[in-house]
Amino acid sequence: MTGLTGRSQIVSDKKMTFWEKIYLPAILQGMWITLSHLLTKKTTIRYPEKKREFSEIYRGKQVLKRDDEGRERCTACGLCAVACPAEAITMIAAERKLGEEHLYREEKYASTYEINMLRCIFCGLCEEACPKEAIFLTKEMVLAGYKRDKFIYGKNELLEPLDPLKRTDVSKRQTPQVLEFKKDKNQKHNVQ
Amino acid sequence: MGTFVIYKTILASVILVMSLLVAMYSTLIERKVAGFMQDRFGPDRAGPWGLLQPLADGIKLFFKEEFMPNTADKFLYLLGPSLTMFIACLTSAVIPWGPDIVINGKTFSLQMADVNIGILYIFAIVSIGVYGIMIGGWASNNKYALLGAVRASSQMISYELAMSLAIIAIVMMTGSLSMRDIVSQQQGFNWNIWYQPLAFMIFLVCAFAETNRSPFDLPECETELVGGYHTEYSSMKLGFYLFSEYINMFISGAVMATLFLGGYHFPFIDRLGLSQNAFAFLSFLVLFLKITFFGFIFMWIRWTLPRFRYDQLMRLGWKALMPLAILNVLITGVVILLNQPRP
Repeated sequence: MTGLTGRSQIVSDKKMTFWEKIYLPAILQGMWITLSHLLTKKTTIRYPEKKREFSEIYRGKQVLKRDDEGRERCTACGLCAVACPAEAITMIAAERKLGEEHLYREEKYASTYEINMLRCIFCGLCEEACPKEAIFLTKEMVLAGYKRDKFIYGKNELLEPLDPLKRTDVSKRQTPQVLEFKKDKNQKHNVQ
Repeated sequence: MGTFVIYKTILASVILVMSLLVAMYSTLIERKVAGFMQDRFGPDRAGPWGLLQPLADGIKLFFKEEFMPNTADKFLYLLGPSLTMFIACLTSAVIPWGPDIVINGKTFSLQMADVNIGILYIFAIVSIGVYGIMIGGWASNNKYALLGAVRASSQMISYELAMSLAIIAIVMMTGSLSMRDIVSQQQGFNWNIWYQPLAFMIFLVCAFAETNRSPFDLPECETELVGGYHTEYSSMKLGFYLFSEYINMFISGAVMATLFLGGYHFPFIDRLGLSQNAFAFLSFLVLFLKITFFGFIFMWIRWTLPRFRYDQLMRLGWKALMPLAILNVLITGVVILLNQPRP
């Protein structure tokens, strides 16, 4: 049987020879190994000056998306909250009033939408559950803080800005199948 | 007489400050070496290349909470670290740091005291060093600390024997117990290590045990004894214990360089035609380089080898090193006898 690394050795209880008994060759061998590591390239990334590259599909802080006209996509259906294994998401739904059509895409919207970042495990199930493509995980990090209540992120923290140039690009988080499906304008879902 | 006292005072303060500074920066170098051997950088945030790190550590230790177990023996508890620190600073007195220097036509020796029993003095002081650990470990009234203290004392006894026997071979060759004589007989490249490689090996291994450095760091032994003898110590009292370990490392490096690597001698630097003071300075640098080399070996070994088990430690001390040292003394005696002119 070969081990996973292919470097496993068969152990035996044979009597040690004189050279093995005085340990010195083995010690020198070990010292050579540590010495060679003294000069190798270091794997450390000096954090504040140099940041490690994130994967394009990193699962970080969530974003609540707006559609192309800047209307909130979320319709407060609550599927994300149901899907959330950590029960981190809560929301309160409200009805869209007349004259608010430029703010919310559907007749119903979330008046409050909160994610408890101390509970969130960044699994991405909310994103998978969302039928309106309203919530996505981004490359942004949830930063450390001193107070627990600072970790309950509301719409202020989650909603993406209105300015079209400052929108969060989530196309990398969408699978090729989804992107293909979105081109099908026969589906009512895909008509903006 | 006046100048003599002033000169000795200055020399003593310089040596003390030097050993403290070296110990301070050994902590940084130790962590750097550890880091580099483990493919990382080590501390580099406090100042450029982490040069202010020892300072930051010192400040941290000073401002930490003073804690004393209420069942501890107060006097002995305080005596432990003070004694360890005091003893660690004492040994440097007999080490010849360089050739004589000349100031205003007067020659001054770069050795604090040329005791004619220098080696005995070193061994006496080093043996007292274990009292600091023992007293501290006993006074803490903690089982881990007591175990650490017991281990420290038995380890010291076991390894001091082999260490002294290794030195006896050197003393037989030199015919003197004075450090100055031993150094002056190793002119140029005529170092003792070429004649006594076995004694050097034994002494090196014992020096690791004497300074409680890995792989013989059983008195501390973080993994099994929490912190060993200093489990109950905090703040600067703990700092003294840790600090004295580095001073001991420095001094034992100096002793080894003096006894085996020719002290401040190096081939050809006495033929450079330098003035006496420049020559003394260069010689001191050579000695310092040798000490640094030993310091690096101490760290190198620490980050290479795992700790010995207690019975392995005892077996190595009593069954391997001591017979070897006795054998070495015997061989040395025979060789000296054979080389003597026949009547």
